[in-house]
Amino acid sequence: MDKISIENVTKYYGSNLVLDGVDLSVKEHEVVCLIGASGSGKSTLLRCINKLVDFDYGTIKLDGVSIDDPQFGKRELHKRIGIVFQSYNLFPHMNVLENIMLAPCKVHKVPSKEIREKAYELLDLFGMKGFEKAYPEQMSGGQQQRVALVRALATNPDVLLLDEVTAALDPELIGGVLKIIKDLKTKGMTMVIVTHEMGFARDVADQVCFLEGGIILEQDNPHNLFSNPQHPRTRQFLQRIIEAGRL
Amino acid sequence: MIKGDSAPQGVRETPPPARKTLTIRERVIPVLISVISVVVVFGFAAYFITRAEQWPRIKLQFFNLNAIKEAFPSVARGFLVNMRVWIISLGAIAIWALILAIFRSLNGPWFAPLRVFTVVYIDLFRGLPSLLLVLLFGFGVPALHIPGLPKTSLFWGATAMVLSYSAYAAEVYRSGMEAVHDGQRAAAKALGLSQWQTLRHAIVPQAVRNVLPALLNLAVALQKDVALLSVIGVRDAVREAQIYTAKTFNYSSLIAAALLFLMATIPLARFTDYVAKKDRQRRLQRTV
Repeated sequence: MDKISIENVTKYYGSNLVLDGVDLSVKEHEVVCLIGASGSGKSTLLRCINKLVDFDYGTIKLDGVSIDDPQFGKRELHKRIGIVFQSYNLFPHMNVLENIMLAPCKVHKVPSKEIREKAYELLDLFGMKGFEKAYPEQMSGGQQQRVALVRALATNPDVLLLDEVTAALDPELIGGVLKIIKDLKTKGMTMVIVTHEMGFARDVADQVCFLEGGIILEQDNPHNLFSNPQHPRTRQFLQRIIEAGRL
Repeated sequence: MIKGDSAPQGVRETPPPARKTLTIRERVIPVLISVISVVVVFGFAAYFITRAEQWPRIKLQFFNLNAIKEAFPSVARGFLVNMRVWIISLGAIAIWALILAIFRSLNGPWFAPLRVFTVVYIDLFRGLPSLLLVLLFGFGVPALHIPGLPKTSLFWGATAMVLSYSAYAAEVYRSGMEAVHDGQRAAAKALGLSQWQTLRHAIVPQAVRNVLPALLNLAVALQKDVALLSVIGVRDAVREAQIYTAKTFNYSSLIAAALLFLMATIPLARFTDYVAKKDRQRRLQRTV
């Protein structure tokens, strides 16, 4: 059974069609990268999966159950799907540990001792040991993004959504974050990733989807999609990326 | 210590070269010009004022040291009433205005009555003169003789100030809440926080920090506006000064009250400037 199945998802912003009947299925332990130009709908699609954006038509299912099903209630869905944003979105008035512990303690009622241990373990794993008491503004972008990853993973989600997580980082800091994502893949995390890092997408993805105008124009494994794109628009997009030196 | 990712700690043997040193002349002359020009301008003003024909009368009526000394104890006692009302109102306003701002920010059809209430409340109390409210509450409500409610004009006058100032403070809070970046709401929602938890843990703490200078500004305004209670017979500094004036036909007691108010408001205004400066630095740091 598919971990996530997206069926005919359609979304309008006003009269502007941003997702035009998208179908996509993601298997357990699979990593799917969404690529495409700005405004192609890839971030919106990602945000539909955890209901940050409400879509107008279609269904999205997690383990075969619609995400609108009362079974997920208000909180269960967010416990099982984590998301990390381009701009980190850590809470600036809370230190690292408070950022990580907020949702598990207040929303999911995990005992604070348990979640604290989990937080220390993950911070250590991500090379952020000793930063427990630091505030976001005291850290570099790469460090903040790693904390954001820990925050998203603290509730043991089944699925991780990554929304251009390296787009705001200095080139030097991107590597560290990408390595963590690769490690997560080897541990079997199911991930949907919106990215402009084509090299990374080629390395880490099981499937790559090229979005244009709210539809998935082309979908294939990274080898085929990057070396032998079928659709002329995909070829044009990749050509530009190569010219910009990003692949 | 927290430093860049794995960047080497900056090892700097020698301090960076100091900025070009200024000669004594370059340093002293601007200061000298400032001092001399200030002394000349204010000296002239003082000279002409004190030479004026009416000056002795002005001095006798307003700056009479003996009268100030005589009136001071009762004016100071009244001033303590002002400050007590100020502190208590300040606390009540901070809380009530925040509640109003939260009411106004709640989404969902069930909260519509709260939203409508807040909009009407703010329109009403921001649109009415504080003086009118003080008169209405301070004289009007005690006259109703409703059992169980306090009857002192002090209580009802202070209530009027709280109601009036809360309307302004609620709008200040609201602007602070709206200034919190949308990404913060998205993050809170993605973590599963409820609307209330999002406000409580993510939005309000940041909003309060954002608007602290503006709130302190209101606190300065309130500090002097509590003198409005004198019109309903509360024996505050202004009232005590008026009593003295009525007895002696000398206005120096009002000057005594004025000095007391300035002693309270000027330090608070400086503190507000300081907080605002800190706040600006904090914001700058974040954007770098």
